[in-house]
Amino acid sequence: MESIQEIQEEIVDDFALFEDWMGKYNHLIDLGKDLPEIDDAYKTDDHLIKGCQSRVWLHADMKGEKIHFSADSDAIITKGIISLLIRPLNHRSPDEILNADMGFVDEIGLKEHLSPTRANGLVSMIKQMKTYALAFKAKSL
Amino acid sequence: MITKPETKFDLEAIRNEFPILNQKVNGQDLVYFDNAATSQKPKKVIQAIQDYYQNINANIHRGVHKLSQLATDAYEASRKTLQEHLNARFAHEIIFTTGASQGVNLVARAWGGKFLKSGDIILVSGMEHHSNIVPWQIIAQEKGAEVLPIPILESGELDLEAFHELLKKNPVLVAVNHVSNALGTINPVKEIIKLSHEKGALVLVDGAQSLPHMKIDVQDLNADFYVVSGHKAYGPTGSGALYGKEDLLKEMNPYMGGGEMISEVKFSGSTWADLPHKFEAGTPHIEGGIVLGKAIDWMNEIGLEEISRHENELLIYAQSKLNELEGFRPIGQAKNKASVLSFLMEGVHPYDLGMILDQLGIAVRTGHHCAQPVMDSYKIPGTIRASFAVYNTKAEIDRFVQGVQQACEMLR
Ligand SMILES: Cc1ncc(COP(=O)(O)O)c(C=O)c1O
Repeated sequence: MESIQEIQEEIVDDFALFEDWMGKYNHLIDLGKDLPEIDDAYKTDDHLIKGCQSRVWLHADMKGEKIHFSADSDAIITKGIISLLIRPLNHRSPDEILNADMGFVDEIGLKEHLSPTRANGLVSMIKQMKTYALAFKAKSL
Repeated sequence: MITKPETKFDLEAIRNEFPILNQKVNGQDLVYFDNAATSQKPKKVIQAIQDYYQNINANIHRGVHKLSQLATDAYEASRKTLQEHLNARFAHEIIFTTGASQGVNLVARAWGGKFLKSGDIILVSGMEHHSNIVPWQIIAQEKGAEVLPIPILESGELDLEAFHELLKKNPVLVAVNHVSNALGTINPVKEIIKLSHEKGALVLVDGAQSLPHMKIDVQDLNADFYVVSGHKAYGPTGSGALYGKEDLLKEMNPYMGGGEMISEVKFSGSTWADLPHKFEAGTPHIEGGIVLGKAIDWMNEIGLEEISRHENELLIYAQSKLNELEGFRPIGQAKNKASVLSFLMEGVHPYDLGMILDQLGIAVRTGHHCAQPVMDSYKIPGTIRASFAVYNTKAEIDRFVQGVQQACEMLR
């Protein structure tokens, strides 16, 4: 399995192929459309992430030693962004997730395109993923 | 009376008054359609802010020195401008505030704090901004009073039949906006006030969205309280005013304690200053208050009739152009509307659309527009809102409509 960093580099390289914002957004929209569906049972208020202007549901399961994330949003660009975050962090141990540097998002040149409210949403999403990891780690200790 | 200048409506000259419009956003010419959130400011207003600090800055109502007198005179002259503009009987019926929100909070606290009793009913229209809901909820909770909504119809108009029924409950106060920021509806406030008064209820009108678009006459409306905001009407942020009928303001408690609002301060008990100072504790936003008057002068130089005629043209044009697009669903189609266009595009989330428009240099608002109950009554999470000001053009609407189409193609 590739490392978190390798996947992040791949994502950055993918985005570098697009020169203009339209290409980047179309790519993001495609990623959003391809995001695996979340079980409807998890699309509840207690899975909503605060700080996003569109609704974002995030769920995490522990499978063996690894955490499995699933998520959804009613906005497609938001779904694309979630997909960017899930790809490197999916099926990792709590420690790997907690130690992951998610700065790669800046390298895509996305944050500068994202409105401050959206950028806050991004931070909230990362924080929520790490919170899940922390909770699972605490449980397993 | 303000005499109308001879000049005719010159859109290019008006646009030249707004340096901020002349810039690129994300590599494209800016189209600013978020005027209901806040308007841009003309040079005259920007210059007046600078003039204040360069020439007359001093604390007001305090010093015997020249600058303090000049600043005080300018501040009081602006109060007079507001009095005339809103057609209040007295200048001391105009209280400077930081905006519409503070105006509502002041009345809720200073009137409600003194007069609300347990079991009292306050009617709040279902299309209010949170600023005209939450202050009533806070004081009602404290006093054991109840806040009831006046429902809205699918058209985006208030359900006046339901309002008639609600009036039978003998509310003590009715809170309603003149123009809805979420739907653009112009409410029949004169009629609402008349009906409410017949039942002995006072009426507070939220004029945050009406000040930039129409002539307001508080005596003709017979409003008890009327709040306005400067920043949506070409003035500075943090400026605004509350109009209140003299006898009501006199009876009310002070809102904030502090300097300037007192007559005498003793530890055995203090007494309050006369109107309007009773409600203006502390050093106010002096330059904001002064320049709010300049913004009103600026609007009057163009003429509010001309402004609303132009904006109405833009609204009709935008609506007809968007109507040609597949899946266009306007939210709020009242017969009487100001230049606010709230809508959805089928199969597209408003936020996604707003993001793509931003990339195209077009600024709109997406979301619930601080009016969640409105969205709940339509059972939608939010809308896309384009709101027009006097400096907007049909060419900008063309670009906007094209942008909406392009975004929908990307997103669907
Ligand atoms: C209808 C309405 N009421 C009140 C407000 C709040 O005004 P202010 O920003 O001046 O407090 C707004 C502004 O968004 C508004 O649109």
